[in-house]
Amino acid sequence: MAKHKTPLIDQLESGPWPSFISDIKLEAESRAKNEKGLDYQIPRDVCEDLLGVLELSYKDGRTHWKHGGIVGVFGYGGGVIGRYCDQPQMFPGVAHFHTMRVNQPSGKYYTTKFLNDLLNIWELRGSGMTNMHGSTGDIVLIGTTTPQLEEIFWELTHNMDTDLGGSGGNLRTPSCCLGQSRCEYACYDTQELCHYMTLHYQDELHRPAFPYKFKFKFDGCPNCCVASIARSDLAFIGTWRDDIRIDQGAVKAYAGGEIPSNAGAHAGRDWGPFDIQKEVINLCPTGCMRYEGGKLEINTKDCTRCMHCINVMPRALRVGLDKGLSILCGAKAPILDGAQIATLLVPFVKVEEPYDELHDIIGKVWDYWMEEGKNRERVGELIKRNGMQEMLKRCDLEPIPQHVQEPRANPYIFWREDEVPGGWKRDIVEFRKHHQR
Amino acid sequence: MKFRVDGSVISLNLENTIKDRGENTMAFISSGYNPDKPMVNRITDIGPKKYDQFYPPVIAANKGKWLYHEILEPGVLVHVSETGEEVYTVRAGTCRLMSVTLLREACGIADKHCGGYLRFTTRNNLEFMVDSKDKVEPLKKDLMSRKHKGGSYKFPVGGTGAGITNIVHTQGWVHCHTPATDASGTVKATMDVLFDDFQNMRMPAKVRVSMACCLNMCGAVHCSDIAILGYHRKPPLLDHEYLDKMCEIPLAVAACPTAAIKPAKVELADGTKVNSVAVNDARCMYCGNCYTMCPSMPLADTEGDGIVIMAGGKISNRRSAPKFSKCVVAFIPNEQPRWPTMTATIKRMVEAYASDARKYERVGEWAERIGWERFFEKCEIEFTHHLIDDFRDSAYYTWRHTTNFKF
Repeated sequence: MAKHKTPLIDQLESGPWPSFISDIKLEAESRAKNEKGLDYQIPRDVCEDLLGVLELSYKDGRTHWKHGGIVGVFGYGGGVIGRYCDQPQMFPGVAHFHTMRVNQPSGKYYTTKFLNDLLNIWELRGSGMTNMHGSTGDIVLIGTTTPQLEEIFWELTHNMDTDLGGSGGNLRTPSCCLGQSRCEYACYDTQELCHYMTLHYQDELHRPAFPYKFKFKFDGCPNCCVASIARSDLAFIGTWRDDIRIDQGAVKAYAGGEIPSNAGAHAGRDWGPFDIQKEVINLCPTGCMRYEGGKLEINTKDCTRCMHCINVMPRALRVGLDKGLSILCGAKAPILDGAQIATLLVPFVKVEEPYDELHDIIGKVWDYWMEEGKNRERVGELIKRNGMQEMLKRCDLEPIPQHVQEPRANPYIFWREDEVPGGWKRDIVEFRKHHQR
Repeated sequence: MKFRVDGSVISLNLENTIKDRGENTMAFISSGYNPDKPMVNRITDIGPKKYDQFYPPVIAANKGKWLYHEILEPGVLVHVSETGEEVYTVRAGTCRLMSVTLLREACGIADKHCGGYLRFTTRNNLEFMVDSKDKVEPLKKDLMSRKHKGGSYKFPVGGTGAGITNIVHTQGWVHCHTPATDASGTVKATMDVLFDDFQNMRMPAKVRVSMACCLNMCGAVHCSDIAILGYHRKPPLLDHEYLDKMCEIPLAVAACPTAAIKPAKVELADGTKVNSVAVNDARCMYCGNCYTMCPSMPLADTEGDGIVIMAGGKISNRRSAPKFSKCVVAFIPNEQPRWPTMTATIKRMVEAYASDARKYERVGEWAERIGWERFFEKCEIEFTHHLIDDFRDSAYYTWRHTTNFKF
């Protein structure tokens, strides 16, 4: 028998897509039965009360969660988000309902042993509800009480060899695509770089010292499956400098319709026979390709590596061998000053240990932002406020045409005083000797 | 004397929790942590476990050696290595908000079919990998056979290629203090309507749908083919009696991106004069940033809150540069539990796109080719003044500066 009547959210149990309501009920049932005889460390009916407060929100059209308080584990300033219900008398099981962010392994591969161990901790000490995964990439454990925070942290670090993720004005948990582990497009080992950077910047991740959040994301190629270009303050996107590798035999096989185009991604509809001229050559945004006499040619100098041809013919075309990454900076969602897509900062870096060039840029970006950034100002907004020129200067980068989509259309150039011979200090008396008032 | 919101509230809640706990009372089980000596044997700053401890053998053996991949059918991929080995991946949707019980079931499936390995995708799908083709069918069957009591699939197979994969989303009414709508509910309602296209690949290109329950946008809906965005439409309420006690007024004032908030002296009903703030309602864009800094400025409102639909964004660099999503419907009321107007609007957009766009064209590329005037026509969406940008400099660049337009 359910603790609360939930006629509104019950309507979200039907339909084919996995129902989160059914799932919360599953957990509520499991806790009520308690077949393992667990001594649950937070209220046993926590999931019942979660359903109850959610039903109330569905009735009111308003949330019933309050602002987070400042809760956390000793010595860290992030990783825990305080959450309290604004109707604790009605729903005591979720009166305290804090979130813990657990740093996911790069690429989100798991053994069932690891997951089960984690689930055992969370079943005993939390609500049993999770997000796999949160938007930034963490394993999100939803709903526990303050006294359990240290206990969970202890178990994570001692028994799971795993740490909390980031929250607040710090380096947020870095995330990456699965990269070379299972993708032929990946131009560098995204998992390794993500893991390395996560370990290298643990202090910045756990102890908020930044004006606001700061995200790293690692994409293996310009397809950008982890959305680094839209979502991270520093985006590390795989690319290459040499020729796309061509298997002319496989190109012919595609052109002859022997291999399904686009890796079979369009198989749900009859689009007619594959037409290499129409679907590859003519759709190339730079017009750098031609297919004549059964031979594909790509003018590498004109190619911008957009991935279209490679996506369409993955068995025939492969990314080049001189691989590395581009660094883009400043992407963010709208809060506060409007959404931003990342801006190209460094066109190409080889991804080689000890990653000096990457550390150098990261350090300079952080120095500038920590010095000049206002409270709750993302680095992208700082670039907008002070100009791209200033950003390049602070990063010791020479301006190049690749930094802009097009040059400025207004001539309102802010010259630096040292760029103008003689500077700005002039003598009006001397001037007046030649120009009467 | 100022005090932080957490201090008072924690103690109040604790009392209630303990009073009402009743049969829930439990014996505290220590992990080993000693609250009196928090630094003894403390382990910190270790980061996540190293990723390669979780590789299935076929992945460990072929990392960096993959030659190509193919989507064999919706939800099933094969990757072929230069060693000749293959890995078959079966992708299944999840509702992201997952219980321990359901995750154990997923682990059970991975134990049975995949040697005890599984992974999650960036878009909250599960991936089960096997090293030979004959293991695919039994795995697929197993996944599709599991249903919740309410009838929904637990692990529906799909989400690949030119189809509609899982919706990345935020917390909503399940767990957040600033949402203007629910996240899991709007996603469930939308995915039910789009479910056929989760298991099909008839779209001109992939369609990425995202959901964020307020414009903080924990989900990246600002660059999605179709985006569902929760939005407030009323300026904050002002809890004058508590505002100066709960908040740092200068922080609340500074938090406002449109400078709509200023400090003010306010006389309460009992004649007491308090320090508080005043909001210039006409300048407020309801972002809730002040509320994040100051709990005495809540925004949530039953009639005020609802849904904005955005469209035409993308993150891939394929063919054209990444694009922002554009607002195409300024407001749809919250019609929980199933948001029928919202889902019908999205379905119309998807069908118009599916029937009209050229192969490989993303929603935004399609809209730009046919022109946004045609987009509104084909999607049967009314264009209103709210959709003309008036926010700062970027607005100008979205107005039409040519005689080239369509009637």
